Amino acid sequence: MAKITTIYGDMDEAELVKTTGFVDNEIEYTTWVEYRKPGSDEIVHRSVHMTLKEMPVSAKAEASKM
Amino acid sequence: MANTQAVANSFKLELMSGYHNFSSTNPARTLNTVDVFKAALYLTTGNLGAGTTAYTTVDEINAGTVNYTAGGITVTNATAPLLYTNTATWTPSANFVWNNLTAPTAFDAVLIYNSSQGNRAVSVHTFGAQTVTAGTFTLTMPTPGAGTSLLNLA
Repeated sequence: MAKITTIYGDMDEAELVKTTGFVDNEIEYTTWVEYRKPGSDEIVHRSVHMTLKEMPVSAKAEASKM
Repeated sequence: MANTQAVANSFKLELMSGYHNFSSTNPARTLNTVDVFKAALYLTTGNLGAGTTAYTTVDEINAGTVNYTAGGITVTNATAPLLYTNTATWTPSANFVWNNLTAPTAFDAVLIYNSSQGNRAVSVHTFGAQTVTAGTFTLTMPTPGAGTSLLNLA
């Protein structure tokens, strides 16, 4: 059984409730996974994997007209 | 205020003074030593942006975190900058990864800075606010290209 690193140490994945989600917009594509103990709202593990889509660009300046 | 995505204004000026070397091959200089760049994470309460001139501990995610070192991580830089038509670009050669991290306070920005040159700022990249609990935060590097590389000078 897979072990999940949690704030309480490694736990069997089967002992936890898994939630996943994603964000997909013009800025980023992000996936996340959370684990909680059954019946608890406390997040004991949360990982995030993100790919940025929008990068800062230093644009060339307009040359002033003489 | 908030963190704002930008290429640091000071970085643009410093390029003209030769402060930053992203490539180990630099025939214009006698010293072919690539600079060390780092990536640090910042809380949503930060004010990083075009006016950021250097790495700062202010609003870095240190407080309350586990397995985060102040100053962030060293960027893997095995690929020299590339030119795509009219755009000079640079993308680190490996993803930014913080393992077994606990960062309970929301963060939404990463600062790239040159630790070989007085921690001078390069760029600020923003994203949706995140927290991490005993987990991994991975910032996957984009596919290099004009406008898609991590750093673009058009």
